[in-house]
Amino acid sequence: MRLRLVPQDTKWDFFSRPFLWLGISGALMVAAMVSFFVVGLNFGIDFKGGTTIRTESAQQVVVSEYRDALVPLELGDVTITEVFDVNFDENQNVTMIRIQAQEGEEAVTADVIREVEVALKTVAPDITFVSVESVGPKVSGELIQTAVIAVLLAIGAVLIYIWLRFEWQFALGAVAALVHDVVLTIGVFSELQIKFDLAIIAALLTIVGYSLNDTVVVFDRVRENLRKYKKMELKEVMNLSINETLSRTVMTSVTTLLALISLFVLGGDVIRGFVFAMIWGVIVGTYSSIFIASAVLLKLGVKRDWSKPDNTAGNQFANVDA
Amino acid sequence: MLQIDGWKRVLILLTCVVGLALALPNAFYPRVEAHNDAVADLEAGLSGNGLEELAAGWPSWMPSGLVNLGLDLRGGAHLLAEVQVSDVYEARIKSMWPEVRDLLREERATIGTIRLQPSPVDELRVKISKPEAIQEAASLVRGLARPVVSLTGAGATDLQVSVDGDTIVVQLSEAEKLATDERTVQQALEIVRRRIDEVGTREPTIQRQGADRILIQVPGIGSASELKDIIGTTAQLTFNPVVGRGSNPDASAGIGNEILPSLDEEGVYYTIESAPVVTGEELVDAQPTYDQNGRPAVNFRFNPTGARKFGDYTAENIGSPFAIVLDGEVVSAPTIQSHIPGGSGIITGRFTVEETTNLAVLLRAGALPAGLEFLEERTIGPELGQDSIEAGRIACIVAFVAVLVFMFLSYGTFGLFANIALIINVGLIFGLLSLIGATLTLPGIAGIVLTIGMAVDANVLVFERIREELKTSKGPARAIDLGYEKALSAILDANITTFITAVILFAVGSGPVRGFAITLGLGIMTSVFTAIFVTRLIIVMWFERRRPKTIEV
Repeated sequence: MRLRLVPQDTKWDFFSRPFLWLGISGALMVAAMVSFFVVGLNFGIDFKGGTTIRTESAQQVVVSEYRDALVPLELGDVTITEVFDVNFDENQNVTMIRIQAQEGEEAVTADVIREVEVALKTVAPDITFVSVESVGPKVSGELIQTAVIAVLLAIGAVLIYIWLRFEWQFALGAVAALVHDVVLTIGVFSELQIKFDLAIIAALLTIVGYSLNDTVVVFDRVRENLRKYKKMELKEVMNLSINETLSRTVMTSVTTLLALISLFVLGGDVIRGFVFAMIWGVIVGTYSSIFIASAVLLKLGVKRDWSKPDNTAGNQFANVDA
Repeated sequence: MLQIDGWKRVLILLTCVVGLALALPNAFYPRVEAHNDAVADLEAGLSGNGLEELAAGWPSWMPSGLVNLGLDLRGGAHLLAEVQVSDVYEARIKSMWPEVRDLLREERATIGTIRLQPSPVDELRVKISKPEAIQEAASLVRGLARPVVSLTGAGATDLQVSVDGDTIVVQLSEAEKLATDERTVQQALEIVRRRIDEVGTREPTIQRQGADRILIQVPGIGSASELKDIIGTTAQLTFNPVVGRGSNPDASAGIGNEILPSLDEEGVYYTIESAPVVTGEELVDAQPTYDQNGRPAVNFRFNPTGARKFGDYTAENIGSPFAIVLDGEVVSAPTIQSHIPGGSGIITGRFTVEETTNLAVLLRAGALPAGLEFLEERTIGPELGQDSIEAGRIACIVAFVAVLVFMFLSYGTFGLFANIALIINVGLIFGLLSLIGATLTLPGIAGIVLTIGMAVDANVLVFERIREELKTSKGPARAIDLGYEKALSAILDANITTFITAVILFAVGSGPVRGFAITLGLGIMTSVFTAIFVTRLIIVMWFERRRPKTIEV
């Protein structure tokens, strides 16, 4: 007996409630954008400049004591968070201390780090700094710029590739799904205030890649079925294609999620935000390739029946609101 | 129908074997690393200390390339420095003064007396007493300009001389500035490299980034500030004539002079001539030593030009003091006792032994042509790196087992085939990473885990397709064949699009993001290879042996 996540020969209608799904996605995207513009992202030092110090001590951490110890140093905005992870030993107490970029300086000076260490030693004498990272405002500004360029480049390149391999309607559908995924991911980072750093950009681009992967597989089948069933309505062709590929879509998402979840739980706290973004992206990407990319394709209509140009016009418009 | 040519089979198997052999050393990381270090030491002519034994710890006919571990896994320091290229303009322009002065003095009859005017740091303003001869004087100064040596600045000269009333203004031309920037960064890069080599840490990465930046990564060093002490010091050594000595830092120095603090006498300031007699660039050697009183000092020697200049100067100025200036501070200002012809000398001051050792290293490696500003610095402790490796390894194994079990439950025998291919796939990724000497970072491990999840995708596509083809019952062999054939376009399109994003990540990203892009990109290549060649070969071989009448996928 085989494990089957999707029953054999499904005939589900994915377009029976187009407004419901587009409506949900639209609402989520609006929520994401509102959160992004109102609350903003919790930028890490890569994008904001400043210093993070990871401390380790055998003693129980009391965040307020740490904060009190640092107040006299007048370092401006200091955030202290305790870090928990399944991999830590019993008496391994880890905190992350983030200090804002100091005025007039690029990277933090060694003196400041030394002062912080001395101050914290009064609270936890055995404290050690496991890592110290400092990024100047100059570099962080450039990093934001390159990150935005990277995401736009990726979306643009993909648009062109799919346009060349398929048709422009397919390309637009795929890109609509991509934008949807990226917006929702940024939204979730803003809503949950998870640290947004350079690695998250890598995750975003991976989501772009993954979501595409899914979309392209569905589209590939649509293209094939369009040639096979020349008389079938576009809506039915798309439903058939999605149903045929559904088993694969779910299988791949599940194996990828299995791998990612094990990384999320066991991979340590350093990359947890990164892995979270990818888990979210896989779920959203799978959803969007069915409900967004395909829905957009259906709305745009496709050129049918390549051999007889006479019929195309009629078919194309007939399918616009199908 | 289901056939693969013999030579293709050999080629596929050979690729797998070679890939896995390349990956093998990583399974014995510490031993192979010790072996590689020992071999390098032996080649460098060292021996003893059990080096031969360590070298024998790994057979020499086996591949010994390892995946480099990134800083976040190994621990170490990372610095991004910006070379302050404009520092150089000032020094260049300042050093023009004696030349301009000597030139114009000879023409005193026509242009009158000359006087250096206060000016912004990157220009030289010279006033002459007979304004009517200003054009003549300017063209004389223009004669000092030399052609710019650079690819883009062909035909341009290095000086831009203009006239402002009765004053000649000398500036560096734009072409010269560009050429100077290029030279400065190259020099700074070279000197940073030399300094780090002098200290002798292993496998440092020193790269130029963009127009004026240098990226420095040194694994295993305790902290970034330690690294900054070595490379951040400019170590600009000059010997300047002393004009006076006082205690007021704000006193008027006089044009062409400057006031510098003393290094070890608090409150003491020296007025010195800005144009140096000799600079540290003309040093050929520097060693830590002790002076006649047994205090730590640094011994130095000039090259022949430097020695001659120094000799001439000391011969002409017996009895007057000169200053030894290091990075804008007067180390000492001894009085010239006699002509010093040999071109060697000693720098004394209140140094500790450690300081003299460091100073000697810095002087030997040469001064940085310009200051460095650190834009980014990261220190990662080795224990954090170790924790990350440990966590990454456990996560990889769990992910791997979960996917293997899931695939077997879903596809039975065919799932097993996909699993074998998956194991080969991960082996191939490590093999390729070792082969190209790529660096594995924490996001890189995430890339591998993601690949484990996504690698089965191509197989799933094929298996699902075979299932579909079986429904139209054309017999198992035909179904398998068609399954591969029809799934191919989807596999290629899906992977090429993902590959495009990996390439963009690699091109635009830096550091850890790049590490992720590399493993993701390699993972896509190996998973397509294993899915369309390796699993297919396994299935074909199984089919030939069993000849099943029906198959269940």
